[in-house]
Amino acid sequence: MGETLLFYVFSAAAIGTSAMVIGQRNPMYSVLLLVASFGMMSGLYVLLDAPFIAVTQIVVYAGALMVLFLFVVMLLNRPSEDDGDWDVAHPLKRPGMARFGAGLATLLVVQLAWALIRTTRLQDAVNGTSDGSSASVRTIGRVLFQDYTFAFEATSVLILVALVGGVYLANREESR
Amino acid sequence: MIPLGHYLIVSAVLFAVGSAGVFMRRNLITILLSIEIMLNAVNLAFVAFGRHAGIVDGQIIVAFVMTVAAAEAAVGLAIVVALFRHRESLNPDAFTSLKW
Amino acid sequence: MLVVIAQIVIILIAFVMLLNVAAIMVWVERKVCALIQQRDGPNRVGPYGLLQPLADIIKLIMKEELRPKSADAILFTLAPIISAVAAFAAFAPVPFGAQTTLFGLLDRPVGLQVADVNVGMLLVFAIASMGVYGIVLAGWASNNKYSLLGALRSSAQMISYELSYGTALAGVVLIAGSLSLREVVDGQAGAWFGVLPKWYLFLQPVGFVIFMIAGIAETNRAPFDFPEAEQELVAGYFTEYSSMRFAIFYMAEYINMATVSAMATTLFLGGWHGPFIPAEYGWIWFLIKVSFLLFFYVWVRWTLPRYRYDQLMQFGWKWLLPLSVINLLVTAAGVLYING
Repeated sequence: MGETLLFYVFSAAAIGTSAMVIGQRNPMYSVLLLVASFGMMSGLYVLLDAPFIAVTQIVVYAGALMVLFLFVVMLLNRPSEDDGDWDVAHPLKRPGMARFGAGLATLLVVQLAWALIRTTRLQDAVNGTSDGSSASVRTIGRVLFQDYTFAFEATSVLILVALVGGVYLANREESR
Repeated sequence: MIPLGHYLIVSAVLFAVGSAGVFMRRNLITILLSIEIMLNAVNLAFVAFGRHAGIVDGQIIVAFVMTVAAAEAAVGLAIVVALFRHRESLNPDAFTSLKW
Repeated sequence: MLVVIAQIVIILIAFVMLLNVAAIMVWVERKVCALIQQRDGPNRVGPYGLLQPLADIIKLIMKEELRPKSADAILFTLAPIISAVAAFAAFAPVPFGAQTTLFGLLDRPVGLQVADVNVGMLLVFAIASMGVYGIVLAGWASNNKYSLLGALRSSAQMISYELSYGTALAGVVLIAGSLSLREVVDGQAGAWFGVLPKWYLFLQPVGFVIFMIAGIAETNRAPFDFPEAEQELVAGYFTEYSSMRFAIFYMAEYINMATVSAMATTLFLGGWHGPFIPAEYGWIWFLIKVSFLLFFYVWVRWTLPRYRYDQLMQFGWKWLLPLSVINLLVTAAGVLYING
C-alpha cells in the first residue's frame, strides 16, 4: 500500500517537474526543476530495489552534471530565452508550429503506449519474480568488472575523449 | 505490487516530455536538459526491466548511460560556451551559417 | 512499539545535537580565535561568555529581514532552506553509537543512528554534494556581483574537491568491503598487538589527510573559504542576506563541519570504538573524537592564511587528485595481495 502510494507520488512528481522544465523560459529554473525531477527518479529507483543506482543518480546527475549546467547558465548570464531578429522569419516560428510539435509528442506517447499494450507480462508485479537481494553493490561490481570489462574500459576512453574535447572547445578562443 | 507496465508508462511519458522539449524550446541549454530527461526515461525502463527479470544488467547499463550522459553534457556545454562567444546568443536558430 | 519510539527519540537527539553543535561552535570559534590572537574573546554574557551564542541568535532574530529589489524572490528564499536541509540530511546515515537495547528495555537492539542505509557512505556523499545548490542559488538569486563571484567560485571548488573526497572514501570501501557505515565502524573494533587500535587511519594515512583537506574545501572553511572571502568579496554568496536567513547559512556551515568530522571519525578513527569505555557508552568516544576534529577545524582556520584561487585549483587538480588516485591504486593492490 505504502509502496504503491510512493510510486504514484514519485512518478507524478517526476513527470510534473519534467514538464515544468520544458515549459520554462528561464534556464536557471529549468536546471533546478530538473534536479528535483532527478530526485524523484531516484525515489523510483529505490522502489525498484536499486539503491546503488538511486544514489549514483544523485551523485552524478544532480551533484555533478547539473552543477555544470548551473555553472554555464551563471557564466553566460542570459536569464531567459531571447527572440532575436533571425527568429521571426524562421519557418518553425509560424503560428501553430508549436502546437504541431506538441501534437507530435502526444503521438509519440500514443505510439509508445500502443507498443506497451502489445507487450506480454505487463501485469506481472515488477518485483514478483525475485527478491531484491540479487542487486547488491557487490553483485553489480562483479558483473560490471567481469562480464562488461570491455564496455567499461571503452567508457573510460570515451570520458578521456570528452575531457580533451571539452577543454579544447571551451579554450579555443584564447589559443588563437 | 506495482505492475511492470506502470513503470514503463512513466518512462514513456518522460521520454515524450523530453522529446517535446527538444522541439519546442529555443534555448541550447534547455535542449540539452531535455536530452537528459530522455536519457533518464530510458534509464527507468532499463532498471524496471532488470528488476522484473531479477538480474543486475539493467542497472549496469544505466551506469553506462550515466557515464555517456556526463561526457555528452561536458562536450555539449563546451560547444554551447564556444557558440555563445561567437554570436552572443543561445538560440539555435542563430547558428544557421555553416562557416563564419 | 517501544522500538519505534526509541527510533524517534534517537532521531530527535541527533537533530537537537546538530543544532547545539552550531551554537556551541559559534562560541568555540570566537573563543579559540581570541586565544590564538591573544585576546579574551566573548566574556560578558554568562560565565566565560558561554551564553554568547544565545545573545547572537536573539540579535539575529531581531534584525530586519532584507531582500534586494532585483533579487529573484523564489530562489532567494529557497537557497538557505536547501543549505540547511542538505546539512541536516547528510548526517542521517552516520552512526554515532553501538546497537543498544537501552538496558534491556527494548526487545530488539536499535542502532544509534537516524537511518541504517546499506549504501550509507555514498548517501552522505550524495547529500553533501546537494549543499552546493544552496550556495550557488544564494549567489545567483542575490543579483550582486560579489555574490555571483562567490557562487561561481564555490561551484568550481566543490566539484574539484569532490573528486578527491570520493576517491579517499573509495580507499576505505576497499578495505572495509562494505558501503554501510555501521559495518565500516564494526570493522575497526579491537586492536593490533593489544595496543594499537584497529583504526583505518593507520591503514589509510594518506587517505585520511586527503579526506580532511577535501573536507575543509567542501565545507568552504579557511584556508579554502573562497566563496565568502571577506577581503575580496565582502561576504561572498551571502552578501545580501540578513537576519535569520543569514543565520541559517551560518548554521549550515557548522553542521556541515560536524558531518565531515563525524564521517572522518566513522571512516578513519574507529567511530564509537575506543579503549577504557564499554561498548554501550561508545558514543562518548564518538563525541570526543568529533569534538577534537571540530577543534582542529577552528585551529586550522585561525592559523593558516587563505590561498590564492588559482593555487587552490592547481592544488586540487594537480596534487590532491593524483595523490588520491595513487592512494586508491596502492590500497587496491594491498587488498588484492592480502585477500588473495
